[in-house]
Amino acid sequence: MLINLFKSSLKKQNMERTINGKSITVNEEGYLKDFSQWDDKVGEALAAESGIALTPRHWEVLKYLQNEQKNQVALSIRRVGKSGVVDIKEFYQLFPIAPLKTATKIAGIPKPASCI
Amino acid sequence: MYEENEATATLEKSYVAFKPENKGAIKKMMIILSKGTLENVYAAFVLANGARMEGIEAEMFFTFFGLEAIHKKKLERLHVATVGNPAMHMPTMLGGLPGMEAFATHMMKKEMEKIDMPDILEFLDILSASGVKLWACKLAMDMFHYKKEDLYDGIDDIITVGDFYKESAGEGVHMLFI
Repeated sequence: MLINLFKSSLKKQNMERTINGKSITVNEEGYLKDFSQWDDKVGEALAAESGIALTPRHWEVLKYLQNEQKNQVALSIRRVGKSGVVDIKEFYQLFPIAPLKTATKIAGIPKPASCI
Repeated sequence: MYEENEATATLEKSYVAFKPENKGAIKKMMIILSKGTLENVYAAFVLANGARMEGIEAEMFFTFFGLEAIHKKKLERLHVATVGNPAMHMPTMLGGLPGMEAFATHMMKKEMEKIDMPDILEFLDILSASGVKLWACKLAMDMFHYKKEDLYDGIDDIITVGDFYKESAGEGVHMLFI
């Protein structure tokens, strides 16, 4: 039984969700599995779940993150701060709780595995 | 027999009473840095920044040699310890030779740049911009005859250990000594 419990905790569980009538697949932490399912409305809904109302500044940062992801750049707070799009202080103002994790989730891209 | 039951009942009661707030989530990290060796300073900085990245508040208290990490003239010249560090895999005699510490530090900094690790000053800027509160220890400041103007500009204040404990009040606060 313990082994089964261990196995089930290891298994990555994907979830089907519906946002504005659109079906999306997210992983166990709520990150989109397939970016093609993302659109502005999905972004807005995910932002609202994190308690964030998206402003044009938010969108600039989100588009930047999506673009970096497209170019397969490993994202980190330091890199975002040096991007010229947003500095670290403003990044924390826009997404106050765990900015990189929250912003990537809203942007529909994977959670960065970064320590800095 | 009766006593034993009573003891178990009390234990169960206290277990039920222990309901950690928010499933015991960490809300704030209080990190005390007492060392000025490069690897310890980086460890403390990564932990503080990592907390902020996870949505956890973080505060740092720089005391004794940890003050070197926020001393304007010294923070760029922090070294790795080559003597008394078995993990360096270097004979102690060799580690003590002139230039050895500088060499090891140079090597480590090179590796850190490769993994996109900022230098100390830039790291302080990142911490400050991320909302990490930075405190200098009054006692250690007096001991080393440092003045506020010797310190990194982003330092919040020079405070006593008592002030630091007051800052640490609250649920889900964890304290770390490095």
